Amino acid sequence: METVIFVLMAAVSIAAALGLLLSKNAIYAALFLILNFGTVAVFYLLLNAPFLAAVQVSVYAGAIMVLFVFVIMLLGAERLQTEDSHGQSWQRPLAVGLGIVLVALTAIVLLGVVAPVAVAATPVDSSPMAIGLALFGPYLFPFEVVSILLLVAMIGAVVLTREK
Amino acid sequence: MEATAFVVLSAILFTIGVLGVLIRKNAILIFMSVELMLNSANLAFVAFAHRWGQLDGQLFVFFVMTVAAAEVAVGLALIVTIFRTKRSTDVDDLSQLKG
Repeated sequence: METVIFVLMAAVSIAAALGLLLSKNAIYAALFLILNFGTVAVFYLLLNAPFLAAVQVSVYAGAIMVLFVFVIMLLGAERLQTEDSHGQSWQRPLAVGLGIVLVALTAIVLLGVVAPVAVAATPVDSSPMAIGLALFGPYLFPFEVVSILLLVAMIGAVVLTREK
Repeated sequence: MEATAFVVLSAILFTIGVLGVLIRKNAILIFMSVELMLNSANLAFVAFAHRWGQLDGQLFVFFVMTVAAAEVAVGLALIVTIFRTKRSTDVDDLSQLKG
């Protein structure tokens, strides 16, 4: 059952990513990316991370992508210009070839690392409470640093977009 | 479900994100490809966290999500500012530094 869900969702996920890569309309690309984020949320559920799945849907597919769609519509940039107007013709095939090399190498390395070890993974308690206790316990300092990072990003966005 | 499958899927999604950054010329689409790469890294984090029965990988995903949110806020502000001056989001039009 889990395998069936994984295979179906993986197909949808890769198709959505390719849709992002190839679509001519920026709004369609954004919608494909939202679909991809949704499938990743399903993977989080399969991987015993229900709270992360909820955060993935609300923060990534919700907040971040709303920002993207908002900016695309604000700029009226949904129709992309003909993208082949300039740039070398050899760049695109080279990018595809190097990309395939990259995925092959990553898969080889990861398969070599992951496959031989066989440890019985005990399911960990990943409830919101356990995550909250870890965030405010051993991870308190990174948590505070991240709050400063968000403040800086907020001030930066306000300063950058202010009308002179 | 074997963690290897998730990690290979994450590698495939990451590669598609890299291709998006290399091929597309619209700054907004490049940003979305970067989001795809961050997301595939998150998937690998959660897969390994599940594999080793530890929570730390899931916590790192939170921090990655925060960095992604900050990056999007500043990046989209930059794109809006560039669009105001250049009337374009094509990265090839931003060639003032070329000698």
